[in-house]
Order: sequence, then structure tokens, then C-alpha cells
Amino acid sequence: MTLGLHLGVLALLGGLQLVLPPFHHGMLARIMVLAAYAAGYNLLLGYAGLMSLGHAMFFAAGMYGTGLTIHYLGVGVITGFLLGVVAGLAVAAAVGLITLRTAGPAFLIVTMMLAQAFYLATLYFNEITGGDQGFILSGLHLDLAGRRLPLADPAVKYNVALVVFAACLLLNFWIVRSPAGRILLALRENEERTRLLGYNTPRYRLFAVTVSGLVAAVAGSAYTLLFSYVGSTFAGILYSIYPLLWALLGGAGTILGPLVGTLVMTYLVDVASSLTTGYLIVVGATLVVTILWVPAGIVGGIRARWAPWLP
Amino acid sequence: MSLEAHLFLALLEGTVGALVLALTALGLSLVFGVMRIVNVAHGAFFMLGAIVTWYVSTLLGSFLLALVVAPLVVGAVAVVADRLVLRPIGYEPESTIVATIGLLYILEQAVLMIYGPYARPVTAPIYFRVDFPSFGYSGYKLIVGGVAAILLVATWIALARTKLGLYMRATQQDREIAQAFAVPVGRVYTTAFGAGAGLAAVAGALIVPVQQAHYLMGLDALLLSFVVVILGGLGSLRGTLVAAFVVGLSDGAVSVLFSPTLAKIVATLLVALVLAVRGRGLFGEEIA
Repeated sequence: MTLGLHLGVLALLGGLQLVLPPFHHGMLARIMVLAAYAAGYNLLLGYAGLMSLGHAMFFAAGMYGTGLTIHYLGVGVITGFLLGVVAGLAVAAAVGLITLRTAGPAFLIVTMMLAQAFYLATLYFNEITGGDQGFILSGLHLDLAGRRLPLADPAVKYNVALVVFAACLLLNFWIVRSPAGRILLALRENEERTRLLGYNTPRYRLFAVTVSGLVAAVAGSAYTLLFSYVGSTFAGILYSIYPLLWALLGGAGTILGPLVGTLVMTYLVDVASSLTTGYLIVVGATLVVTILWVPAGIVGGIRARWAPWLP
Repeated sequence: MSLEAHLFLALLEGTVGALVLALTALGLSLVFGVMRIVNVAHGAFFMLGAIVTWYVSTLLGSFLLALVVAPLVVGAVAVVADRLVLRPIGYEPESTIVATIGLLYILEQAVLMIYGPYARPVTAPIYFRVDFPSFGYSGYKLIVGGVAAILLVATWIALARTKLGLYMRATQQDREIAQAFAVPVGRVYTTAFGAGAGLAAVAGALIVPVQQAHYLMGLDALLLSFVVVILGGLGSLRGTLVAAFVVGLSDGAVSVLFSPTLAKIVATLLVALVLAVRGRGLFGEEIA
């Protein structure tokens, strides 16, 4: 039944493209890619109980890995995507190893510092990365079964975003139900006791950070391909705070939470940006309101009250 | 300029920078030591101090008045935030971090809406040049360093010699035992949060004539304070001072001789590695 619910949500997202007006069609494509990013973040926060403030470096590693290789080496879309994912995997594994012995606030500060160093490096090497300005990729095509699909086409964009999101959601679903996912939950609840029970806790932590970073990199790489842009904004601290906000608002430790959180926040930010220059104030206000009054998030609250079976 | 003059300039810039940085970081360290929380909004308090200084000295025409008003206003904002947000969530470490990130964006964006996206200077209240053999140096910067040093000593004395300082140190050592000995822990928390914000605000106010007031100026202050407080050990005031000098001087040196961005990359990587290897800093106690 639970798998059915999640497949139903994916089917609903697939069906929506037939009825949505162009603006919301484009918004939803973007939201699905960002929700995949939030889902990757949620694997670490919601299941392993580690709060990171540096996920932008994984997202950006995917983005630069894909964007730089396509821009400078002229590789194809699929190769570029894979190289971005590999870059993200390498950065995530390295960060996982460095942070192995830190917990709680120390983990958060170390990830923030590393991400800041990464961000500053994208500015420092601006002759290659384009720094703040970034660079645009043009004419990206996906060659699929003998057909040439331009990624700039809204329908192609939407469906690629859907496939990426679906893959991340199902991976999330599968990990959470697997024995390894159970051990991640045990890590969140009580790391000391998990270790006493004979589990190799550092290995599971490394696994959690790596997979979480990998999913973030997949999202970053897909974002670059679909929206044809690479820039250091996406490595900045705001893009580390966004997934935290999306996951918390939707419900940390729920599979659908990241999608719900991203959906609500993206529309909220969009509305606010048409009203005032200081539109990011909704980011701050939502963080404070969530932590004060709905610490379990939207889906977490629904689970606590009506649907205890929600994963 | 000769190499020696370059080095001397780097040393001078570094020392003044280190003193202001120590003042900012001391506020962060005080809050962590007493309340056991990481305050991500600390940079926003620094920025708010600078903005209030701009308003007061532009509208009322007195920089000295601004220097007094800024920490009071910012301290009051911090006290309100403590009562409305931090106390209700019981100072739980991770919730507090999320809440202070929220506070950071609320303050920063509110300033953007009211003050605007400008970088605006305040004229230094005193202007004179100090002539060294090969270059001239702004006298105001030397005064900034001096005032920061005086405030550091004053904070130190307040912590070591007054009853409030005793309460703070007691709360830092053991909150429950302190409460059992009738230390009003709740009020000590609020005071520490307000005082920490006030220290950041004074540092922000002192720096306006040199750096201009801008709504995004808090992030660098926050990151450098983090670097200092972690290298020095969270909650250790002596460590904070030592680390501020190490970071301030090396930052000054690398910035003058190489590039400011490179200096920041080196500092952040260094601190990440120190913290990763040792959960505690060079002095001080474990964070977790």
C-alpha cells in the first residue's frame, strides 16, 4: 500500500503535465529537480540524524562536474551527467571521511566551513568557472533510441525532471526499507547503543553522507542540464540552507516530505519575490515558524496524527 | 614600498583586524560557553550594529552616540529573539541552529527592505594620519584597535570580577548546580545572549567608518568568528583571544601579500580540518 501511494504520487506528477498551464509546468519541473536535492538531504537529516550545512558543495560538484566537462571538453549530455555524478560522489566520500569523528553542531560547522571553502574556490578560479557570472550551456540534446530530444523543450524538460525525481524517491524508499536504512535510524536514535550492538557505525555514517551527497550531485547535474546554467550562486550558503528548510518544512524523516516542502517553499518564495526585494525573509520566517510550531513538518504532522504507517 | 614596509603594514592591519575580530568572536564564544548554543545569527547582529550606527550618526550627527546606541538596540533585539524563539524551544542545540538561521534571514532581509541594498560609509569622527617612514596610516584605525582592546579588557574584568560574571561562569560550568545555588539561570541566559549580540554590534559600529554599512556584511564576520572560536575552543575566552590574533595576523599577511579570497579559503579549510581531527579546539572543551 505504501509503495502504491508513492507510485500514485509519481503518476499524479506525470499526469499533471497534461493539464498545467506553461508557467506552472515549468515551475513544477524545477521543483521536482530541487525536491530530488531535498530528498538527498533528507536521507542524512531525517534518517541518519546528521544536520549538514554544506550540501551546496555536493549539488555544485554535480553542477560543475557536468557543466565544465560539457563546456570545455565537449562531452555529450549522458557522459557529462555521469562525470558530474562521479565528481559529487568523490566530494561526498571525501567529506564523509573528514567528518567521520564529528557529531551534532561540530558536524554542521565542519560541513559549512568545507562548503564555504568550495564556494570561495569557485570564485577564486573564476577564469575557469566564470565565478558569480557563471556560464550558459546551449543546444543540449539527449540522444535516446535514435531520436534527438532538445533539453530546452518544455515537455522533455518536465519528463527528464520527473525521471530524476522518481529515481531519487524510489532509491530513498528502497534504502529506508533495507536493513542498512534500519541501522541509519538506529544511528539517529542512539549511536552509542548501535555501536554496542556490534554495528560498524563509522561505516554506516560514511554510507549515509556519501549516498546523501550522491543524490544531491545527481540533482545538481540534472539542474545544469535542464536549465543550461552553471554559476557559483548554487555553491553559496543559501543553497545549503534551502534543502534544510525544504526537508524540515515537509517533514524530516518522511519520504514525501521533501517534495511537499520544496513545492510549498518554491511557490512561497515566488510570490514573495513579486512583492518585495527582501523576499528571502519568508525563508527566515518559515524556518522560525517551523521550528517553533511544526517541528515534525507537514508530512510528519500528518503521519503523527492520521497516518502512522507513512514511511 | 620595500618588503619590510609591506610586512609592517600587514602586521598593523592584522593587529587592528585581530582586535575587532576578537571583540566579535568574544560575543559568539560567550553565548556558546554560557548557553551551549551555536548562534548563526551572530553575523547579523554585527551587521545590525553597523546599520544602526549609520542611521544614528547620519540622522543625529553623532558617531559617539551611535557607538552607545548600537549595542543597546541590537542587544534589545537579541533579548526579544531569546524570549520569543530560543526559550520556547528549550535551547535544544540543533533546533537553535535552525532558529538562528531563520533569525539571520529575517534581520538581513528586513534591513534590505528598510535600508536598501547600498553600501554607505560614515565619516570617521577623528581624522588624522600617522606617518611611518615609508607610508601613512589612518589614525582612526589605530583608535579602533585601541577601543576594541579596552572593551576586551572591560569584558574580561566584568566576567572575572562582577557578580553577573560569577553567575555566567557558574552557569557555564554546570547549569543545574548553578540553579541549585540560586543563580537565576534563565535570566543569565537572556543576558548572555543580549551581551553577545551587543559585543558584535560594537564591533560592527567601530568598523563602519572603515568598511561601510551593507546588509550582507555579516556573513564574513560570522565565518571568521566561527574560525576563531573553533580554533580557540568553543567557550574558552582565553583561547578566543589567542586564536583571534593568529587568524587576524595571518589573514592580514596573506591578504596583503597574496589575495583576500585565498586567505579565507586557507582559514576555512584549516578550521574544518582542526575541528574534524579534534572535536575540541586548541583549548576548551568538546562540542557535541
